[in-house]
Amino acid sequence: MRRRHFLPGFNLSLGYSLTYLGLIVLLPLAALAWKASGLGFDGLVRLLRVPRTLAALKLSFGGATLAAAINVVVGLLVAWVLVRYRFPGRRLFDAVVDLPFALPTAVAGIALTALYAPNGWIGRWLAEIGIKVAYTPVGVLVAMVFVGFPFVVRTLQPVLESLERDVEEAAETLGARRWQVFLKVILPMLAPTLLTGFALALARAVGEYGSVIFIAGNIPMKSEIAPLLIVQSLEQFDYAGAAALGVAMLAFSFVLLLAITLLQRWSHRWAESAP
Amino acid sequence: MTLELARLNRRFSDYPALNDVSLAIAPGEFLAVLGPSGSGKTTLLRILAGLDYPESGQVSFNGRDFLAAAPRQRNVGLVFQHYALFRHLTVAENVAFGLRVRPRRVRPKRADIDARVEHLLKRVQLEGFGRRYPSQLSGGQRQRVALARALAVEPELLLLDEPFGALDAQVRVALRRWLRRLHEELGLTTVFVTHDQEEALELADRIAVMNRGRIEQVGTPREIYQQPATPFVCEFIGKANHLALRREGERFVAGGWAFAGEPWMGEHARAIAYVRPEHLTLSATPTPGAWRAHLRHVYLAGAVAHLELDVAALDQPLEADMASEDLARMGLRAGDGLYVSPSHAVIFPLGRDGKPLAEDRWLWRVAVPAVPVRLPLQRPEAGVSPQRADGEMQR
Amino acid sequence: MSRPSRRPAGWPRLLGRGLLTLAAIAFLVAFLLLPLATVFVEALRQGIGAFFASIGQDEARSAIVLTLLVAVIAVPLNLVFGVAAAWVMARFEFRGKALLGAFIDLPFSVSPVVSGLVYVLLIGAQGWFGPWLDAHGITIIFAVPGLVLATMFITLPFVARELIPLMQAQGGEEEEAARVLGANGWQMFFRVTLPNIRWALLYGVLLCNARAMGEFGAVSVVSGHIRGLTTTIPLEVEMRYNEYDYVGAFAVASLLALLALLTLAVKSALEWRYGDELAAHAPGGR
Repeated sequence: MRRRHFLPGFNLSLGYSLTYLGLIVLLPLAALAWKASGLGFDGLVRLLRVPRTLAALKLSFGGATLAAAINVVVGLLVAWVLVRYRFPGRRLFDAVVDLPFALPTAVAGIALTALYAPNGWIGRWLAEIGIKVAYTPVGVLVAMVFVGFPFVVRTLQPVLESLERDVEEAAETLGARRWQVFLKVILPMLAPTLLTGFALALARAVGEYGSVIFIAGNIPMKSEIAPLLIVQSLEQFDYAGAAALGVAMLAFSFVLLLAITLLQRWSHRWAESAP
Repeated sequence: MTLELARLNRRFSDYPALNDVSLAIAPGEFLAVLGPSGSGKTTLLRILAGLDYPESGQVSFNGRDFLAAAPRQRNVGLVFQHYALFRHLTVAENVAFGLRVRPRRVRPKRADIDARVEHLLKRVQLEGFGRRYPSQLSGGQRQRVALARALAVEPELLLLDEPFGALDAQVRVALRRWLRRLHEELGLTTVFVTHDQEEALELADRIAVMNRGRIEQVGTPREIYQQPATPFVCEFIGKANHLALRREGERFVAGGWAFAGEPWMGEHARAIAYVRPEHLTLSATPTPGAWRAHLRHVYLAGAVAHLELDVAALDQPLEADMASEDLARMGLRAGDGLYVSPSHAVIFPLGRDGKPLAEDRWLWRVAVPAVPVRLPLQRPEAGVSPQRADGEMQR
Repeated sequence: MSRPSRRPAGWPRLLGRGLLTLAAIAFLVAFLLLPLATVFVEALRQGIGAFFASIGQDEARSAIVLTLLVAVIAVPLNLVFGVAAAWVMARFEFRGKALLGAFIDLPFSVSPVVSGLVYVLLIGAQGWFGPWLDAHGITIIFAVPGLVLATMFITLPFVARELIPLMQAQGGEEEEAARVLGANGWQMFFRVTLPNIRWALLYGVLLCNARAMGEFGAVSVVSGHIRGLTTTIPLEVEMRYNEYDYVGAFAVASLLALLALLTLAVKSALEWRYGDELAAHAPGGR
């Protein structure tokens, strides 16, 4: 539909946005797609089926999925406490949630490593009960939970705040116990939001580099993540291998982005239909 | 076998939401709690539902201590102002919710639940809507789902919070008559909260009028309208002209009109009279004591005409109501002169501080209202003799 | 709202609340605050003198200058883009709007390493424009322009993401009123639009800047790690760490941690003070 706009600046702002976006984001992405398409589908698969690459992809995707799941549980707990309860220092702890957003990943990486190393504050204590975190896949998981954590909390908070209390009260007067209210009313209403938070945390953790590589130890076949392999391929001027891995990860990003968009549309529809 | 509220008090930070509220509700009664916003009526309802608790006071239902019971143990159905439907559940699942959350040993069988849901949906005229979601329903339909959901647990007491507040005017009227019939069919005790006096007057067996956390008056709609107990009720229910009265000997006078038969044995010197617009008698010819008035403006509101009158003797305007038809028949127009006198008034003496004393209410009525109030100008020769007016005093 | 004590079953619920609160706080402290504390403790392990000595080194100083330079270029460019994109997204309906929104968000969900990689493939020696640039004597990859471009890619959505929901919630009525009253486009923008979004704009710039200065993955790929020339602070942290100069690494890292703390402090202050003007439920909006 073409119509005249009353407010000014449509052409200017749209043109500028598209040009900028095209130069900064789309053109480079096209270069990656071009490079990968030069390999052909078989070539792509062959490059990805190298055992070391497969192991790295498995760790990146498996670890990120697990980390996102952990974040959904812990994030729900923290968001719930921050929204529903009043206690001294609540605002401070609320601000603390953003630390993984604000702290540069390299800094987080070396700090987590120092903390969980066998002589670190937490690592020492865990070592005594026989758990090794730093330089193992568990370390990768810890770093992935760390970077994904704020996504779940920040997605949940506004939704929890806008959750109508009278719906919970209605459930109570209908005879539901507190746990029934939580399981049958609150949790289903939060489901789209929890899924959105999960997807955001997953997207972040899969691609994470800085905070993971220090604590991972980067042992081939064991604690190497996919982004690290890209960096290593580039260092060895293996552009084809880097592009293959890069395009695989990019495709996954696209799928997740689509999923997040659809999820948000779903939860918006619910929000709009609030009686 | 009644619901008894005794001396309930509830404070929110500084202002009292309930201030020493006592009330008894009979089984099967349809009681309206009427008041402006902030009068404490919703707090009262929430206390009955177990969603809030008073600082002091008792609530007992059929002899059982209500306050000791959690919401789910009270067997109360509550319909929320904005319905509070579960938006992730279908209409049928919403209605079934209260049955499905019961402990296994008292939970009805699945087939029984389905049958009851079916029955209830039929009852609220939503047959065939069971599989829809609340977002796919209109406001009136959501309201009825909320009602069916509350009724599913077979409550002994049904509580409605502004049940029609969020609906369009037309749906509202249709739905409230339907609700009244439903109440009669089910034989429940129903308490509903509203700020809409028309709703309360039309629907309720009795009305409790609340103001600032207190109950001002409890009575039938007729009593509340005809015999308001306090100045607040006079002003809140319907419209009223205020007249300042002064004692002259045995009588109270305003602008030459005498309200005879005062019941206070000369105790008070000043009083305030509330006169409803339809209790002003209009006449084209002078009648003894009647005020000379000047018709400033006519507001036609459908069947009723509101007349704005300037009364020089009172030094204030008065509002009188009459049927639009009568107005047309009389050919009254803005600018015309006429005579006006009250036929009924609710009078409160003023204390030393100038505040009305609600406990000394005087229901005054003209002794021989020879003229039908509605058609005052057709027989202008019939007068009113205020000297023969009598008074009655009620507490 | 104070609850009267007569509420039945009050104490189990209170106990439950207490336990949940403690669990949440314990997690936040152990998982988020301890790493932060570690940075400063490790940085000061050998005393304040060693700390200052290691951040006073030439490489550290040139890393700081380079980081500031990158941010000074990338942040304003993304600021202008963010305002333009938010204006078009929040005030107009057009075909492909959802797609544009998705592209604006794209850098958020792309791995930083992939963000670096795409630039290497575009303008690196083996890339699309590599040979041409080489022939003209322009070096982008393994040089400052590459760092700036990768940082721009990574931080592109920050400002736009803050502004779009706010402006959508505010609606265009005020701007329409300004136009009806005779304001021209720029007058409308500077007198009506900008004042309404200023705090959200500041907020977005703050986040954008924090990310621009702290970006590691993308920058690492395009930098080439030439000390003193193409190392930003995060890269300096990595290099020192890999050289087992732990105190040095944490000392430089503590600068970034301080930046993060400052960002968080200003962000929280903005949220407390101007929460209404940041959130999407602004007055006048639908």
